[in-house]
Amino acid sequence: MSPRAAWRLETLGFAEVYEYKVGKLDWLAAGLPTEGTNAEKPRAGAIARKDVPTCHLDERLSEVQDRTQRAGWDVAVVVNEERVVFGLLRARELGGDGEQLVSQAMRPGPSTFRPYVLAEEMAKIMVDHRRETAPITTSDGRLVGLLLQKDVVEAVGRKST
Amino acid sequence: MPSEIGREEMRRMVADGAQLLEVLPAEEYAEDHLPGAISIPLPHIDAESVKVLEKDRAVITYCWDVA
Repeated sequence: MSPRAAWRLETLGFAEVYEYKVGKLDWLAAGLPTEGTNAEKPRAGAIARKDVPTCHLDERLSEVQDRTQRAGWDVAVVVNEERVVFGLLRARELGGDGEQLVSQAMRPGPSTFRPYVLAEEMAKIMVDHRRETAPITTSDGRLVGLLLQKDVVEAVGRKST
Repeated sequence: MPSEIGREEMRRMVADGAQLLEVLPAEEYAEDHLPGAISIPLPHIDAESVKVLEKDRAVITYCWDVA
C-alpha cells in the first residue's frame, strides 16, 4: 500500500518521496508515542513489569531460585544475552531440583505479545485463557517486561479469574 | 523512484521538516497515527487531495507494515 502511494505521489509532481516501509507496526512495536483515540489508552508495554527476574539457559536452577526469591517473585524469564526470550520458569518449575540447568527446567517457547496491544485486549485474552503472566517482547523477541493478569485487569477495571 | 527508509532515518527527516503521510483507511488513522502525520487513504490520493501537502518538501509515506 505504502509503495503504491509513494509512486503515485511522484506522478503527481512530488520530487522527494520516501517510504517508511516497516510502517506503523514498527513504530508501535518500539513503544513510541502515537496520536489518535487510542493514544491515551493503557497498553501492554506500559503495564508490564520491567523488574521481572531473568536468567540464562546455562545457570543452575538453584541460583535462579535464590535470586528470584530474594526479589520477591515466583517467576523468572529465560533470555539470552540479547534479552531474547527462550522460556519461562514459573513457581512449579522454580520448585524443581536445584541441580538442573535452567534449559532443562524451563517451559520453552512461551507465547509472547507486543507492547502496543491495548490493555483491554490483553485483559480479555489473559482472563479468557486463564493466563497469569504474559511476556511482552519487541517484534524481534526481546523482553520488554512481564505482564501480570492482576495488573492488566486492574488497569482496565475488569474482574480477575 | 521512492527510497525506502528505516525508523531512525524517518525520525531525523521529520525533525528536519519532512511531511509524514499515512495512507491507511481513515478509521485506522483516527485510532493511532504517528505524531504529526497527515491522512490520505490510498484510494483517495489524487491531484486534489494532495494539496494538503507541500510539493517542495520531502514526503514520507507509511502504512501498517511491509504488506
